[in-house]
Amino acid sequence: MNTHTLSGGFADAPIQSAQAFRAILDAMARPGKIMALHGAAPPAPLSMAAGVALLTLTDATTPLHLAGAADCAPVRDWVAFHIGARLVKAGDAAFALGTWAALQPVTRFATGLPDYPDRSATLIVEMDRLTNHGPTLTGPGIETATWLSLPETAAFRANRALFPMGFDCLFTCGSRIAGLPRSTKVEAL
Amino acid sequence: MTWNSRKDWMAVLAKADPARLAALMPDLPAHSFLRSPEVGAVMVQARAGGTGAPFNLGEMTVTRCSVQLTDGPVGHAWVQGRDARHSTHAAIMDALMHTPQAAALGSGVLDVLHREAQAARQARTEKAAATKVDFFTLVRGEDA
Amino acid sequence: MYVAVKGGERAIDNAHAWLAEERRGDPSVPELSVAQIREQMRLAVNRVMAEGSLFDPDLAALAIKQSRGDLIEAVFLLRAYRTTLPRLASSHPVDTGAMAVDRRISATFKDLPGGQVLGPTFDYTHRLLDFKLAAEGTVPPAPQTATTAAPVPHVMDILNRDGLIEAATPDNTLPPDLTREPMELPAARALRLQAITRGDEGFILSMAYSTQRGYGRTHAFVGELRIGHVAVEVDIPELGFAVEIGEIELSECETVNQFSGSRTQPAQFTRGYGLVFGQSERKAIAMSLVDRALRWQELGEDFTGAPAQDEEFVLMHADNVQATGFLEHIKLPHYVDFQAELELVRRLRADAIALQEAAE
Repeated sequence: MNTHTLSGGFADAPIQSAQAFRAILDAMARPGKIMALHGAAPPAPLSMAAGVALLTLTDATTPLHLAGAADCAPVRDWVAFHIGARLVKAGDAAFALGTWAALQPVTRFATGLPDYPDRSATLIVEMDRLTNHGPTLTGPGIETATWLSLPETAAFRANRALFPMGFDCLFTCGSRIAGLPRSTKVEAL
Repeated sequence: MTWNSRKDWMAVLAKADPARLAALMPDLPAHSFLRSPEVGAVMVQARAGGTGAPFNLGEMTVTRCSVQLTDGPVGHAWVQGRDARHSTHAAIMDALMHTPQAAALGSGVLDVLHREAQAARQARTEKAAATKVDFFTLVRGEDA
Repeated sequence: MYVAVKGGERAIDNAHAWLAEERRGDPSVPELSVAQIREQMRLAVNRVMAEGSLFDPDLAALAIKQSRGDLIEAVFLLRAYRTTLPRLASSHPVDTGAMAVDRRISATFKDLPGGQVLGPTFDYTHRLLDFKLAAEGTVPPAPQTATTAAPVPHVMDILNRDGLIEAATPDNTLPPDLTREPMELPAARALRLQAITRGDEGFILSMAYSTQRGYGRTHAFVGELRIGHVAVEVDIPELGFAVEIGEIELSECETVNQFSGSRTQPAQFTRGYGLVFGQSERKAIAMSLVDRALRWQELGEDFTGAPAQDEEFVLMHADNVQATGFLEHIKLPHYVDFQAELELVRRLRADAIALQEAAE
């Protein structure tokens, strides 16, 4: 493991992870609201926001799936040192990370059980751009309606139909993050 | 004893008395933290029947830390308990074992710790041995 | 009617201040240090670590000091602290066969390799109060017998060799963890063992005793009881290999129990298992009896309705922090609930009296 892998974590984990957790919580509670995350320098191709989300939400007890380009030696080593999450195949993952294309088909991921809808995956989706333009979002946490540059609508509509089961999504781009919980209704503009 | 195995010296450092380790390392080289001392828990597993399927017995406290010396070498430590200085000393020692000072530190620090741990363990073994039962037969039932 | 009330803050602050004063006791008597509790109240420390499910003698000693010696309160404090710790890893399963034993006895074989080693035991003391301890004094060092440390084989290995006892075959299934996932019944043996080892010693003792008195009898012999230290080894992700991170003290009990057999399978002894943090042999023995009683289904025995065979009864009532929380919460304000009951009783009485009067 080279020294670069050993850097890029939180310098002050208790404070930084609490601040990041608050921001991610806000992103999930207000679907479509774009928040900023800081404090990590993960290896390429991970965005800073994806790195901070991993440091904050995952640990040795949360099986993680790395998809596509994210599944490379520098990222695997970085995860091993800073997080310690077991790397698993898609179906066993509590968290998954990759571009929307790399995560396909998203039906592979756990959507929970009727008794335990919480036993589902959270997808951290790396985006080329993340803006408040695109499909319409409505539902819990949204006063009237909002918009987010989602990669598609069909998959999210299918996921919404599983409610209370289903996966949850975090979209990351650079230092920005937005949430799309399973409870949000997505409609093409 | 020659110290070639990182696994061996990390175990000796982890099991050392924190105050004793600190006393044997009065001068610390310049270093920075790649991971500041972090207190956490390790779930201890055991096996049903001693050898069967694993189960979770309970947790223990542990402190881990990673350092980098100014001239490059990296050291890691995972030590039982919640003593940040213990983990720092152990990580610095681990880093120093990758430098030309390794031989001197092997005899000056690791040998001492190893010897003392062995002596303490031997004393306990001998106390246990003193409580071993020597059975002797008084009367055999069938002779009565 | 719902009445929101506030207040009592000053009373609570003053109660806590008085608690601190009472905890200290008579200031003319020297204060206990945490190190003194750790060293001289070690079995209490062990119990708090076992039921608190966290091996850290200093923290357990501190919890005992803070709780004024109320061990269930101390267990609660340790559990609460534990929840603040990140889980960094799981260890390799500890190898109790490689234990550096302080004590090791067998009730089934007199002459066994390694011998009967009594260790620092209360057995064979006369249970007479020792008034010498009321005065401070120095203790002479314990006698030592020159010997070389050698591995002490498990007694079960001897029976295993002849196929006389069921084997405990290793596998590497990831065990369930009741501190992470809510307990689901029926529970695998791994989950039961975790629940029992952190369960209340008094409860486990009573359950085990009930099996001896006939409620789910399993005819247990202590095949082996051993107490000593084992190393804990953890895979270090940044290094890619496992390292010993420390040593913990454990008590292990293996029982040899009634045999089962059939036309196709020759008769064989069965086993129960107990393993507990620290020197806690009463708990280890009790655990092995309860473990064995709970295995009735797997071993093709009858369910006789005995409490110790009833997985739900044992697992759902073994935890003293849960039990204490639910039990003691009824002393907290239930003014509104009680008002409702009071209203109901008054109305029923009024109705009854009205009926009676109408009849007269």
